[in-house]
Order: sequence, then C-alpha cells, then structure tokens
Amino acid sequence: MDHATIYILLAGVLGLFMAWGIGANDVANAMGTPIGAKALTIKQAVIIAAIFEFAGAFLAGGQVTSTIRKGIIDSGAAAQSPELLIFGMLASLIAAGLWLVIASRAGWPVSTTHTIVGAIVGFAIVGLGVDAVSWGKVGKIVMSWVVSPVLSGALAFFLLRSVQKLILNTDDPIKNAKKYVPIYIFATGFMISLVTLFKGLKHIGLHLSTAQNYSIAVVSGLVIMGVGMFYISKLKFDPSDDKEFHFANVEKIFSILMVVTACAIAFAHGSNDVANAVGPMAAVISIANEGVVTQKSVMPVWILFVGGIGIVLGLAMYGKKVIATVGNNITELTPSRGFACLLAASTTVVIASGTGLPISTTHTLVGAVLGIGLARGIGALNLSVVGTIFMSWIITLPAGALLSIFFFYFFKGIFS
Amino acid sequence: MPSNYFSKIFSQSPFTAMQEHMEIVEQCVQQLPSFFTAVIKEDHNQAKAVYKEIGKLEHKADALKKKLRLHMPKSLFMPVARRDLLELLLVQDKAANQSKDIAGLIVGRKMIFPEALANLLPDYVKRCVDACKQAKKVINELDELVETGFAGKEVKVVASIINELDSIESETDKLQVKVRAALMKIEKDLPPVDVMFYYKVIEGIGEVADISERIGSRVELLLAK
Repeated sequence: MDHATIYILLAGVLGLFMAWGIGANDVANAMGTPIGAKALTIKQAVIIAAIFEFAGAFLAGGQVTSTIRKGIIDSGAAAQSPELLIFGMLASLIAAGLWLVIASRAGWPVSTTHTIVGAIVGFAIVGLGVDAVSWGKVGKIVMSWVVSPVLSGALAFFLLRSVQKLILNTDDPIKNAKKYVPIYIFATGFMISLVTLFKGLKHIGLHLSTAQNYSIAVVSGLVIMGVGMFYISKLKFDPSDDKEFHFANVEKIFSILMVVTACAIAFAHGSNDVANAVGPMAAVISIANEGVVTQKSVMPVWILFVGGIGIVLGLAMYGKKVIATVGNNITELTPSRGFACLLAASTTVVIASGTGLPISTTHTLVGAVLGIGLARGIGALNLSVVGTIFMSWIITLPAGALLSIFFFYFFKGIFS
Repeated sequence: MPSNYFSKIFSQSPFTAMQEHMEIVEQCVQQLPSFFTAVIKEDHNQAKAVYKEIGKLEHKADALKKKLRLHMPKSLFMPVARRDLLELLLVQDKAANQSKDIAGLIVGRKMIFPEALANLLPDYVKRCVDACKQAKKVINELDELVETGFAGKEVKVVASIINELDSIESETDKLQVKVRAALMKIEKDLPPVDVMFYYKVIEGIGEVADISERIGSRVELLLAK
C-alpha cells in the first residue's frame, strides 16, 4: 500500500470516529430540550435528529468545512511540503478525538469546535511556522466564539419577551397562542430554508437567483406553517389540566412549535459541527489524491455524506442514552421557553455556518438559556457552571494545540 | 461527559420547592381545627395525637427549609432576589412553628377552656387557618409568575389573591377582639395564671393569620421591580 492510500484510510477512519463522537455526545445538548419539555419522545427525537443533522451536514455544512480545511492555514506556506499538512491534519483529528475522550472522562466541559481549531493552529505554528496561520481568519473565528453566545442570548431574550407580551400575559393565552405560534413556525421554516438555498444547493449543482431563493423560502415557510397549523387544530384542550399549572394547555400549542425548532437546531448543528470531523479529513484526502496543496480544489460531496453518516451512527448507537439523560435534567425548559432557546441558538448557528465560521453549538445554547433567564423566565440557573463552560475553552485551545503538536511529530517520524 | 454540562446549568427550580414547603406548612396549620375540637371536648389523648401529627409536619417543613437553603447558593441566577426568596421561606416556615407552639402550650399545660371561650374559639381558629390556606394559594401562583416573567396579567391575578388574604386577616383581627372581650368578662372568676395563658393562646392563634398575611406581602415584594 502506498502512503497516499494509508493517509486517506487513516483520515477516513479518524474523521468517521470524530463524527461518531459528535453524534453520540454533542447532539444531546440540542435534542435534550424537546425531550425535557416532553414535546417529543426519545424515538421521535432520534429520528428527527438523524434526518436533520444529516441534511444540515450535507446541505449547509460545506462552508464551515472549507474554513477548517483550508481557511485557517495559509495554503502558500504549505505548498512546498504537502505531506506536512497531511500529518498535521491527521494529528489534529487524533488530538481532538483524544482530548474529547480525556475531558469527557474527567467531566470537563469541552467544545469539539474549539479543540479542533486549537489543534490545527497548534501544529501549523510548530510544523509550518507562525506565518502559516491565517491570523486574520483565526481572529475572526475567536471573535465569533464571543459573539455567538451573546447574539443567541439576545435573540432568546427578545423571543421570550415577545411570547410573554403577545401570548402569556394576555386575557386569553390559548387564543393568542393559536394566532401567533404559526408566525413563529413560519419564521423558523423561512430561516432554515433560506440558508439551505443560499449555501447548500451550490454544491448540488443548483443555481438560483436571489429573488428565486427568497420566494422558495417563503413558500416552504408557509408550507411548514400550514402543517403546524394542522397539528395545532387537532390539539385537544382539557381545562382540568390547567388546575395545577394554568398554562398547561397553552404549552401544548408551543409543543408543536418546539418540534419545528428541534428540527431547526438539529439542522444547524449538522451544518456547523460536522465540519470539525470532516474538514481535516477533506484536507488530507484532497492533498493525498492530488499530491499538491491547492486553494481551489473542490471538495467531493461524498465527504460531507460520510460526516453525516458518522453523526447518525453515533446518535443511534450511543446518543439516545445521552439525550435521555440531558432531557431529564432540563425539564425547566418548558415548550414556550425551550422554543425561544432553540430558535435563537439555531438562527445564530445557521448564520455562522453560512459565513463559514466554526462555532460551538453548545455554547450558543448556553447563551440562549442565559437570555431566557434574563427575561425572568427560568427558575434558577447555575452561574458557576456557566463560568466553567466558558473558562473551558481557554484550556481547550492550548490542550488541543499541544496534543496535535505531539501527534504531528509522531506521524512525521513514522512516515518520513 | 461534556454534554451533561449543558444540563447542569439548570438548577432545580426553587419555586417548585417553595410550593412543596408551603404545602406541608399548610397541612400542619390545617391540623389546628381538629386539635381544638379535641381540646374543647377535653379528649386529651386525641389532642396529644393531633399534636404529634403537627410536630411531625413541622419537622418535615423544617427539613425541607434547610434543604432548600443549601440549594440556594449565591451563584444561582434567579428571576427574583435570592434574599427575598429566603425571607419568604422563613416566613412560610414560621406558620408551622407557630401552630406547633400553640398546640404544645395547650398540651403541655393540659389546658381546659371555659365554655364562654370554647364557644367562640372554633370559628376564630378556622378563620385564621383560612388565612394560611389563602397564603398557600398565593405561593401556588409562583410557577405561573415564572412562566410570565413576573409581569402582565398574572401579576393582577396574584394581587387579587393577596387582597383576599388581607381581608381574611382583618376579619381574624375582629374575631380576636370578640374572643378577648368574652374572656375579659369571665376572667375575675378564673385562676389568674390560666387566664394569662388563655390570652397567650388567643394571641398565638391570631399570629397564624398575621404570618399568613406576611407571606402575601413578601410575594408582593417579589412582584415589585
């Protein structure tokens, strides 16, 4: 077997493993919310996650993948020694995978995204030189890690406030919920469709004009809204449910909305996080195939496909259990709060995916939850845990970097 | 597992626990009417049995109060000030303590009420217990308040429940005046020490209504921005 084949095999296996890990662990944070709110059963959540994670990865995952693949490292610097780039990307995959396993065992909160970016920057500095890193791009990525939780927090805050104002704090919450919830459903469907159209259909070979994109997004938003309204009309309200908690029946309407936003967050997660696994893998495969580093090389679509499959496998084999655990712990996110949280987070993540910025879905969700808390909508939030989560990436970056430097020399020693 | 960190952000809602606590407190206070029935019938065994039950419930409320306090660290981010919530909890707990004190005093001294008092006491006790029941209604609205972000229509609902509570409390004040007047009429013919303790019991019962009213005003404080 020649080296190129070994590289491709290694990259494929490692990439698949990373995607598997993301499916097993990461998806639960997004999909636990509808479980906690009892809007979906575990089985339904897993099916929705499988479909929409895959669709997100496949249709809208290209942009972030290309950032990880060739945006962080300046390709000019690696042009003379394509092998070094291969070693580095393989090292990054192993480093990130290993760090995630270690951190998970120790109970530290880590982000896949931060680990992989840290790993790539780490090996690039040591293996290719400080100048090889596109610091402008890295700066933008790090900025996005600060901006994304804040943005999604602000969105969640205003979404929940609007729900309180338009529905919950009125004389007839059920009537108003029936009136306004379809609008939220439309907004969710429109947003997801638009990003898919703008970013996803290019590599499938469909080219549409801006006006066409908008009109298709409006139509599909309306279709999703129609389906939602159909299910809302089928809901049965039982006044005796309101005895213990007066908003029990209103929350039923929000459950429908929550199903839609659960699809959205799964899609968003797939579009952003699959790149962590697939980006380095794609880099290795394209260099190994062509023998040179080119900025223009087109990524084969099947690589995104592999990433999507990996996530679904992880989800099916292990993710179910994690989703159940997480869901049981976050019952505080009732459908009206949970939807605000999910819609805010998925909007933020999808926007980031569209601009090719790798961000952490979990951190974005944390930001959204804090936004809900600021709107006085949640019983109690543990701020010390929030602190730990945000502190963790300060440790994660150097940890990913050091591990990838170690594996970089390891591969260099073996193969050359 | 990294994913569990997401769920760890959510602390157990203190409001649900506050409601549980109030539920037990109200159960405890709710024993007073049957306790007084037994005392007035001079059925000391029955009175002792009810007193025991009151003590058990008071203890349960106490344990829950301690647990709740431990679960409210400073790093908790809540829609209301932590101090206000802890003070509300303290007032809730006092209602149970007060019931136990009254019952304990009566059982300890094996008190027997003269007929003039025995005729008036049940109504007075019942109204004071009603005040506590109304206070529980206020606490039961806490989760609805969280749902609506402590604003809007729900605030009006809670305000009207508190108004009702206030009027029950002023009724008990009037009843107290009546009971005292009845005791004053006959106090010359009774052993002075007994009379002293009758007054103490009458005041103690009224205190249950006062505490209940204070629960309402504590919740009003939560509503104020």
